[in-house]
Amino acid sequence: MTLQTADLGVPGAFTAPGTRRSIGLFVALAALVALLMLSLIIGSKMMPPAVVWDALFHPSGDFDHFAIRDFRLPRTIVGLVVGMALGVSGALIQALTRNPLAGPGILGVNAGASFAVTVAIGLLGVRDVRGYMWFAFAGALVVTIMVLLLGSTRRGQSPVVMVLAGVCVGAVLGGAGSALQLINPDAFDQMRSWGAGSILGRPLDVVWPILPFFAGALVLAFAVSGPLNAMALGDELAVAQGVSLVRTRILAIIALTLLAGGATAIAGPIGFVGLMVPHVARWIVGPDQRWIFAYSMLLAPSLLLASDILGRIVMHPSEIPVGIVTAFVGAPVLILLVRRRKVSGL
Amino acid sequence: MTTRGVSTSTRSSRATRSPEVRRVDFGRRVVVVRRGWVAMRFEWRSVIVCTAVAVAVVVMSVLALTTGSYQISVSQVVSALTGGETGLVHDIVVEWRLPRIAAALVFGSALGVSGAIFQSMLRNPLADPGIIGFSQGSYTGALIVILVVNGSYLQLVGGAVLGGMATAVLVYVLAYRRGVQGFRLIIVGIGVSAMLGSLNTWLMLKASLEQAMAAAAWGAGSLNGVSWDQVAIGGTVIGALLLPAGILSGPMRQMELGDDAAASLGVRVAATRLALVVVGVALTATVTAASGPIAFISLVAPQIARRLARTAGITLVPAAFVGALLCLTADYIAQHIAPTPLPVGIVTVVLGGGYLGWLLFTEARRRL
Amino acid sequence: MSTSTGTDRSTTSNEPSTMLDPLVPRAPAQGAQEPSRLHVDAATIGYDKRIVSERLSVAIPDQSFTVIVGPNACGKSTLLRGLSRLLKPSEGHVILDGADISSYKTKEVARRVGLLPQTAIAPDGITVADLVARGRYPYQGMLRQWTKTDEEAVLRAMEAAAVTDLSGQLVDELSGGQRQRVWVAMALAQHTDILLLDEPTTFLDITHQVELMELFTDLNHVGHTLVAVLHDLNHAARFGTHLIAMKDGAVVAEGAPSEIVTAELVEEVFGLRCLVVPDPVAGTPHVVPLGRDRDRP
Repeated sequence: MTLQTADLGVPGAFTAPGTRRSIGLFVALAALVALLMLSLIIGSKMMPPAVVWDALFHPSGDFDHFAIRDFRLPRTIVGLVVGMALGVSGALIQALTRNPLAGPGILGVNAGASFAVTVAIGLLGVRDVRGYMWFAFAGALVVTIMVLLLGSTRRGQSPVVMVLAGVCVGAVLGGAGSALQLINPDAFDQMRSWGAGSILGRPLDVVWPILPFFAGALVLAFAVSGPLNAMALGDELAVAQGVSLVRTRILAIIALTLLAGGATAIAGPIGFVGLMVPHVARWIVGPDQRWIFAYSMLLAPSLLLASDILGRIVMHPSEIPVGIVTAFVGAPVLILLVRRRKVSGL
Repeated sequence: MTTRGVSTSTRSSRATRSPEVRRVDFGRRVVVVRRGWVAMRFEWRSVIVCTAVAVAVVVMSVLALTTGSYQISVSQVVSALTGGETGLVHDIVVEWRLPRIAAALVFGSALGVSGAIFQSMLRNPLADPGIIGFSQGSYTGALIVILVVNGSYLQLVGGAVLGGMATAVLVYVLAYRRGVQGFRLIIVGIGVSAMLGSLNTWLMLKASLEQAMAAAAWGAGSLNGVSWDQVAIGGTVIGALLLPAGILSGPMRQMELGDDAAASLGVRVAATRLALVVVGVALTATVTAASGPIAFISLVAPQIARRLARTAGITLVPAAFVGALLCLTADYIAQHIAPTPLPVGIVTVVLGGGYLGWLLFTEARRRL
Repeated sequence: MSTSTGTDRSTTSNEPSTMLDPLVPRAPAQGAQEPSRLHVDAATIGYDKRIVSERLSVAIPDQSFTVIVGPNACGKSTLLRGLSRLLKPSEGHVILDGADISSYKTKEVARRVGLLPQTAIAPDGITVADLVARGRYPYQGMLRQWTKTDEEAVLRAMEAAAVTDLSGQLVDELSGGQRQRVWVAMALAQHTDILLLDEPTTFLDITHQVELMELFTDLNHVGHTLVAVLHDLNHAARFGTHLIAMKDGAVVAEGAPSEIVTAELVEEVFGLRCLVVPDPVAGTPHVVPLGRDRDRP
């Protein structure tokens, strides 16, 4: 019996020994830092690293410095923050639902945000990111709470029912939003660019107010990683280990809503990152949630920044929104990995 | 055909000793039909649900035949259907409204079956033909025809079906490695769909506002201007596909037990799965060709049917009935109740999503 | 004690079984002289590029309760998958009733060999009787899905596995032991002479383990040939009539438990130093690990 339970603890995944996981984490961190620097260097005009350095620490009125500080630095920071949020929220939702199709948007976050923004643009005439950002955030929160209530019984939440509830609410709002857009061409026009997802043109003062939410959510995420690990072995086993299922699920949902809702509020619905990165992280580090969170936190912004940089170069001088590029960068990697390895399910 | 045994299900009703009346207690009422070469067992609740849905379909059909910008009485409808009317009433009933209703029923049931196939096969309530990239692929095909070729409606349909089929084949081939495993199919489908979805978003951004709105309207799916020709061709193809779907439903049910269990019970797992994918995608492709991608029926109809009939796993026939009713009702609302005529796909989303949500809600209350 | 490397035994088990007519599924085995209706003949079995067993030959004695033991990843489950043709050998053959198992129709194999896999999944909302009835699939056709024979077989299977009382209940709501018995009932409804069981007692407490093992012994006594992969050596020795010990994809020893279970064998196969004493109840060999700190007692 003991032999078998030991087998089950690692459901099909190859577990890297602790040192390898740590080294891998360091490599991922180094890659992220490199991408952060590249994001400041590469663009319609290449900036030598020295200029970037001066712009950051000894700014002058130079036009290049201005371009770096007012355009490239904000989008880099937005990419970093949004990427981290998406990665961790994706890992949370997959741990929670154990459904490989579940991304952070599944509980209605994206649908709620999109609908709220559609209403803000279409009916209320809001025109500015600073304005509809809060609509997006509020929409995401309200809808997720609705889904949570719909998927709950007194006995707790069933992940399957919750996911279905998310799909339902998302569908209803999505349909209503589409109807609104088809009637109102102006809103349709605005929404197709917001809906693509971009980290461009978001001033940093859009990011600051969201940061405390992110920080709190990250703390929550790591706090529930232990209980989530126990729940991966089955609800009954988790209860036996003293895990409160209801509390864990609610805390995890609060964390993921804040993260995904905040990210969507800042950048619009960027779909693929939160879905793909946790899968890849799990294939690298095995089923331990703490490691999955840590890796997701580094890999997701890397993917986002790499995509953003690529989006600046490929169609030069015009740019492709990052939400579009991420899938083209990430999907081939995902497909290659899933074919290569004997990968684990959830 | 006679109904011989209806075994009831009180938990205490154990099989008695006499071999004549020994019956299996299924915990729910079942109808057993045994006559000649036929020996079938149906769940009573499924039979009831299908009958009730069929009645609702008839009611909705009558409603759809009589109402509209030109009101027609039921007796006029009947006489028009039996050939007793000529002129405008005949044209409206037989040439305009009836094909539209037939289309809604045929396409709706096809989508319901298609979704049920994918959800059962992948054991995932979120699965539908979109999982293997069909939806995004057909959208890409249609967008390219609209934006690049600026083609006719027929070319658009061709582009959509071609795009969807090509994507489905691509996903299947990419996921193939000594057989296709469900999880790998899902992941590859996610990846390819995400890429095509991004491509679609980008194409929409590049398009002019009129082109983009035309594409979005097509993408929502519509039964506007459906003619008898489309219904006849679509119906024939779908009918031809429902036969293999029925044959496959047996092995499909076994595969819900897991690949190994199914194989050891005599199911050829790999061949069955390929056949299921082909039938499921072909059903959706036919509907897409005729009316554009009517969203969400394939996702939601099997789930609604499962909850109404309380079956074990996903079953095809109730899903087909619910799909038909959902499509018909949504089209009626899209035409007559919405403030401005909408594509039916938008209403299916709201209606189906809302109804499934309500079912989940009541189910959750019941389990308290 | 018959210790063999498992590679050179193909001749002894191969030739007589051709006498059996493969078209008669319920051929009474005791009349014929051949030892085995199901055997592996110099087969190489594995996944993708990873070979688990190379040129493996092993026979399942008719009417036996054969138990396959060995350390993790020694090829036990792989052998079972080969025997049930879930895995096709890249070389060699698996012979069922005198013919290569892959030459049969899939449903025909399913009428002769049943398998209870580890990975079986109960669909949401299925009742016990419904699940057991799915074991009748090999006998069903498009319009013949619930004949009187089917109904009778399901009733008998549920009685044999002692789940008749649970008949109408939802499988999701059963305890682990009950659920496992339901799966056994499903495999019994399949009505095969040969039944393969992959770690059937996993997740069960000691009472339910013993209960299930006794159920298997009963089935064996009424004429079923059983093959089980087990982790518990003492259960294997006590309930099995024939033991196959595997290591690194090869058969290390096979024979009656009382003949082959020795301290040397356990050390060779599992790398565990132990003492083998007679089981105080059944008299079968009982393995007592020596543990880390102790030398000889």
